[in-house]
Amino acid sequence: MEEPTIISITTFCTQYNVPEKFIQSLQEYDLLETVEEGGVEYIRVIHLQRVEKMIRLHYELNINMEGLDVVNNLLQQVWLLQEENQELSDRLKLYE
Amino acid sequence: MDYIDYYKILGLNKSATEKEIKNAYRKLARKYHPDLNPNDKEAERKFKEVNEANEVLSNPENRKKYDQYGKDWKHAEQFEQAKQQRQQQRTYQGGGQSFNESDFSDFFASMFGGAGPQQGGQSVRFRGQDFHAELHLNLKDVYTTHKRTLTVNNKNIRITIPAGVNNGQEIKIKGHGSPGINGGPSGDLYIKFLIDNHTTFKRVKGDLYTTIDLDLYTALLGGDITIDTFDGKVKIKVKPETQNNTKVKLKGKGFPIYKKEGEFGDMYVTYQLKLPTALTDKEKELFAELAQLR
Repeated sequence: MEEPTIISITTFCTQYNVPEKFIQSLQEYDLLETVEEGGVEYIRVIHLQRVEKMIRLHYELNINMEGLDVVNNLLQQVWLLQEENQELSDRLKLYE
Repeated sequence: MDYIDYYKILGLNKSATEKEIKNAYRKLARKYHPDLNPNDKEAERKFKEVNEANEVLSNPENRKKYDQYGKDWKHAEQFEQAKQQRQQQRTYQGGGQSFNESDFSDFFASMFGGAGPQQGGQSVRFRGQDFHAELHLNLKDVYTTHKRTLTVNNKNIRITIPAGVNNGQEIKIKGHGSPGINGGPSGDLYIKFLIDNHTTFKRVKGDLYTTIDLDLYTALLGGDITIDTFDGKVKIKVKPETQNNTKVKLKGKGFPIYKKEGEFGDMYVTYQLKLPTALTDKEKELFAELAQLR
């Protein structure tokens, strides 16, 4: 059986016990892109991990939507810098 | 187990109010939260400490027990019950050995050692935590795709390590993290490859770099030399009048490109000229003659 690639927002919110308003807010702040099929809105499964992270940051650390946006951008930069750092350190080994 | 000073972890003193505890916890949780500190084990450890401190100090009952019994707060309930039982027994038996508060630690270590705190009810279903592991490999190992069996939390996992995996690269093994909370899905296992290089080659992604010694005569007159690559020995032509530190590219003789079957990087060979030493009189004479010609 093929794994589903999308999950309805209603199912997701029931499973994770979060209000649908939260997902709507993520959409409003461009933090999540959803897909619509037959009048039902879905979250892509590949985005689940990112949404879970935002649920944790919002509910555990009381970070509001603006904060999530900032955190998201900064984390992207951290990842890029970590990658660049690794590459530079590998390159540096050429001269050791 | 060593005593943990939860007040110290939160940077508070014993007289801290509930509000101060909450504020201190939030501040530190924001600082060390694993989602905000990717791949930072130290932050993860501190986050756990902060959470544990909060679990104890934010709950008035737990805090009271912790303040009263210090390091044995987790066993305070059993201690209270045992004390009551003892008192009852003493009543029935009409006295006996007195129960001393100073026996507290030994008493609990021998009777209740290892019991942990019960987690509070959590209604939200969450994915389990992701596990992060590091796997050391030799550069030679990752020249070809191979399988390897790892033991993670007593479970054997057979993984395929694709040829050309990079140093510091991470792969995700779905569902092999910790189990989900309240029926949520399991987390994932992330394996970071740390590649130890014990060869004479330096690697930058798909390209390999090496330096080889070139004798004076081959450098001046040209010739064939044989060098080692990961793919075996290769014969290369050295052009006449090759200068010191000349770099030549051997196309496709580098490292496999990650997940691009049949594609290889290049190999860069730098020639390092080695001048002859311990010259004979005849050689000195000939070099002098050569010098005259210039």
